[in-house]
Amino acid sequence: MKPAPFTLHSPSTLDETLEVLEELGDDAKVLAGGQSLIPMLNMRLAAPAHLVDVNGVRELATVSASASGVRVGALARHTQVLRDAGAAAAVPLLPQALSLVAHPVVRNRGTTVGSLVHADPSGEMTAVLALLGGSLELRSRTRTRTVGADAFFLGPLEADLQPGELAVSATFPALPPRSGTAFREVARRHGDYAVCGVAAAVTLDAAGRVERAAVSYISMTPTPVVVDATDAVSGRLWDAADWAAAARSCGDAVDPEPDLHASAAYRRHLGTVLTRQALSEAAAHARTATDAPLETAGGAA
Amino acid sequence: MTTRLFGAPVPRSEDARLLTGGGRYLDDLGHDAAAVAFVRSPHAHARIVDVDVTDALDVEGLLAVYTYEDLEGALAEPLPLLIPHPSIVAGRTAHALASGVVHHVGEPVVMVVASDRYVAEDVCDRIRVEYDVLPAVVGVRNARDATHLAHADVPGNVAAHLVQEVGDARAAIDAAPHVLELELDIERSACTPLEGRGVYARWDADESRLRLWSSTQTTTGVRAAVAAKLELPLSAVDCTAPDVGGGFGVKIMHPWPEEVLVPWAARRLDRELKWTEDRREHFVSSAHERAQVQQVRVGFDDAGRLLGLDVRFWHDNGAYLPYGVIVPIITSTQLLGPYKPGAYRVEFDSLYTNTVIVTPYRGAGRPQGVFAMERTMDAIADHLGRDRVAVREANFIGPDEMPYDQQMTFQDGRPLVYDSGDFPATMAKLKDLVGWDEFAAYREQARAEGRRVGIGVACYVEGTGVGPYEGGHVQVETSGKVVVATGLTTQGQGHETVFAQIVADELGVPFEDVTVTTGDTRRMPYSVGTFASRAAVMSGNAVGLAARNVRTKALRIAGDALEADPQDLEIVDGQVRVKGNPSVGLPLSTVAVLSNPLRYAFDKASQAATQFVVGDPDSPPVAEDDEPGLEGRDFYSPPQSTYANGMHAVVVETDPETAEIRILRYCVVHDCGNVVNPMIVEGQIHGGVAQGVGGALYERMAYDEDGQLLNASFMDFLMPYATEVPATVEIDHLETPSPLNPLGIKGAGEAGVIPGAAAFASAIEDAEGFRISAMPISPSELFALRARFAAGDIPAVRTAPRPEGTS
Ligand SMILES: Cc1cc2nc3c(=O)[nH]c(=O)nc-3n(C[C@H](O)[C@H](O)[C@H](O)COP(=O)(O)OP(=O)(O)OC[C@H]3O[C@@H](n4cnc5c(N)ncnc54)[C@H](O)[C@@H]3O)c2cc1C
Repeated sequence: MKPAPFTLHSPSTLDETLEVLEELGDDAKVLAGGQSLIPMLNMRLAAPAHLVDVNGVRELATVSASASGVRVGALARHTQVLRDAGAAAAVPLLPQALSLVAHPVVRNRGTTVGSLVHADPSGEMTAVLALLGGSLELRSRTRTRTVGADAFFLGPLEADLQPGELAVSATFPALPPRSGTAFREVARRHGDYAVCGVAAAVTLDAAGRVERAAVSYISMTPTPVVVDATDAVSGRLWDAADWAAAARSCGDAVDPEPDLHASAAYRRHLGTVLTRQALSEAAAHARTATDAPLETAGGAA
Repeated sequence: MTTRLFGAPVPRSEDARLLTGGGRYLDDLGHDAAAVAFVRSPHAHARIVDVDVTDALDVEGLLAVYTYEDLEGALAEPLPLLIPHPSIVAGRTAHALASGVVHHVGEPVVMVVASDRYVAEDVCDRIRVEYDVLPAVVGVRNARDATHLAHADVPGNVAAHLVQEVGDARAAIDAAPHVLELELDIERSACTPLEGRGVYARWDADESRLRLWSSTQTTTGVRAAVAAKLELPLSAVDCTAPDVGGGFGVKIMHPWPEEVLVPWAARRLDRELKWTEDRREHFVSSAHERAQVQQVRVGFDDAGRLLGLDVRFWHDNGAYLPYGVIVPIITSTQLLGPYKPGAYRVEFDSLYTNTVIVTPYRGAGRPQGVFAMERTMDAIADHLGRDRVAVREANFIGPDEMPYDQQMTFQDGRPLVYDSGDFPATMAKLKDLVGWDEFAAYREQARAEGRRVGIGVACYVEGTGVGPYEGGHVQVETSGKVVVATGLTTQGQGHETVFAQIVADELGVPFEDVTVTTGDTRRMPYSVGTFASRAAVMSGNAVGLAARNVRTKALRIAGDALEADPQDLEIVDGQVRVKGNPSVGLPLSTVAVLSNPLRYAFDKASQAATQFVVGDPDSPPVAEDDEPGLEGRDFYSPPQSTYANGMHAVVVETDPETAEIRILRYCVVHDCGNVVNPMIVEGQIHGGVAQGVGGALYERMAYDEDGQLLNASFMDFLMPYATEVPATVEIDHLETPSPLNPLGIKGAGEAGVIPGAAAFASAIEDAEGFRISAMPISPSELFALRARFAAGDIPAVRTAPRPEGTS
């Protein structure tokens, strides 16, 4: 398990990186945290002639949070995002999901943007980006484009990234006020890719009634889909809503495949169970968020 | 007296080195050696049509490419069938490189030598092998059906067939008041040590000597095999095991093809060569174990006492049979556990499949046997509405019946006679430890809260310390330091510590002064190896005996020097002194000097010794029956195995919605005779329990119908993490000494893993209320079983016994 020969490039600025990428075109792969790419190289499932290592491009190691959302630079490690208090306040779903990504040692190197570009349908961040309606900023030497989650993920391990392009950041928009989120998953072992995972978001009105409920899945669909679950619970008080019915209503939107660890029937069953759990937990958080202005009056932002 | 070290939780002397990165594993050696890699078969069963190396020849750094045609002499013959047995009807072993036909994915076909492993793999990538693919036999049932043959010339895929019978089991069952039948399944798993296999060889052309290192559990075995295959005198081959990062059985198998090929090519090329197995290679070319299909028919009385037991099973031995039928023989004999089976008949077929070979993995056939017996015990309890423990107790061999002859032949060819044990006492301790009698109330309470909890119990007896022998060599140097050597190897179990404890006690020297070397044929050329929970029993007793010889000699020489009767002397803290008069004496270092009549005064100790006179000036300086030096060597060879036992209880909770299985408690009562070091024994149990959890809930070898291993990585082969094994294993010991060896000890290495699958099956069954007959079990499978149970396809089991007397 040794990689085929490759040439390593180690640019230290974004401009340099884009130049190298343009020059090498199709023959190059970006090396970020290497947590997915290196195993693929070692098993010779991938054998690019050139690797462009972006770990020296410090300007990409940023996490910036504002009321409108969180922007994560290409070199921000999962751990950095997970520990960012501003990001957690603006988009609580980020730490909720990131704590389920692998183990600390993998999170210390793996990048959040890298996991999106890798487009593994079992990667938690794909569902998070989709559910929040986030996007990626892709830059080549000659152009910059922003691609929404709905267009970026093309299939398992396939994303809309052109030769010469670097994903410079991902943006996770904040949800409206009185929203809550949750991430529930079942994995065979702690930190493994999940057999089934559900990200949920619920928004309430000022009286605590459900305005919107939606979920997105991992390991259930080839690309992350957002399923609206509002109909079954619309207008219900957050703790009186029939979350089980809402979960059942989502079932038709997914058609999971069996694999070594789970049958399709078990996955489908888990989908319904975890959707119910995630939605009701998200609703409880939304309820807390509804009270938030009162509780934090005079406190920190 | 110095405080006795035997029985004390002495901290492990190897830990500081191993935990601070000071270990030297195979790949840490031979930094400048050229590297070896293999082109391995991508097919489970195929004829090799052509090997084309043209594209590979211009890769820079390539040194050599070998195929079967390059092998010569003994090396071109099939690898040995190590342990022949009369039950083997068709023994097939591999060639070092495939000759004509490959029989499993991963079989080595082409050997590549290059400047480093990267280049070697580049070369492998460019070698084209053309195959004519043949139908593959995968799984026990397909092998049994024999629609296809794994080896064209082995009818029915049967490698071996054995029947053992005590009494007339079938008649006893037919006459019994109650009869039950079970069909049981256990899947494949494997040792998966953190360090894979590896071989490093240095040929010394000046001396015509081979220096060999292997990550093995037996250096003497590898040495002899390599000498034979390379047609070298044994005396020209030295073999050492460096630090070994786990073995669990897979490294007792030998010689592996790589173990003979690497030194062969090293000599041929006159270059240092090294091969380090990678993880993917390990999954597809190192041995697996466990897979069996079992049918049990049992007759019993109203108390649940066995009257007759008839077991038929089919064992998957993989593509070849180099290690013989040790595993199924152990299953068939150790199945009996702590019980009296009444009449017993067992029959097995060991079958070829086109999958990786099967050789012992920690537990070595016992987990399967215990699964069969303990599932049977639970089924009897359910049938009668009796308590599961009560049924077991009704069948126990009593302590007053020891030694107990099961009238079978064990794997070592010796009678299956239990030397000691107190099974009722072990069970009483376990019931106490886990709170067996209180569990029913806890389960009811949990149910009322919508939770499902269950308790399971499983018992085993383990033949440990199989012969034929191990040796010990103990030498006191003139510094007073004691060096000890035993031939069996270590994989970090704590041998350096326990053997030092035994020697320090026996000799009366400080523990810190004793250094132990294992697995180096230069230091102890006679040895068998580390397996079958035998190290403490075999080498422990051997070094103990050797140390006793040294002590006797030391007392004799000191007696001479001090003009005292040796009987009046004792050794305390490295000082030989007169009992009751500690001021008269001399240090062992001085005795060591005096033991060698060659008295050049190299050091202070030698100078100090000049004040003493030993020996008769009129006799030769070395007496006729003596040797120079304060050293002793001895061998321990037991008449038969010594039988340890234990009982486990596990409490699980199954999630009513997600079907996840959580371990709430894991309790072990363990009897391995006199315990040399309780901390090390508990460590062995912890590790074993972790592997038991793996075998019960996580690990399997997912072969598809073509013989491709779909989960050949730690991403998909689910070895449990620290987070999956119980944070605490609650342990209680019982010490029933073995009457068979001087130290009264029994083996402990495999114990922790043996009853795992059986205990979990019992607990999950108890939590769910329906029969579990296949292990391992995943949440997805539990979910499927729930659906089948709801549909009435599998029988319910009682999860609480009927009150006694109401049946
Ligand atoms: C043991 C283990 C367990 C794991 N478990 C999980 C899990 O449970 N959930 C989960 O989501 N992930 C898991 N991962 C994957 C982990 O999250 C990785 O960090 C992530 O998939 C990829 O990020 P990376 O920075 O390591 O990318 P790399 O491995 O460096 O790259 C991955 C791919 O993305 C491309 N790429 C990376 N960054 C860029 C960029 N900025 N622009 C363009 N292309 C880019 C690379 O060229 C490559 O094709 C696990 C990994 C391991 C080793």
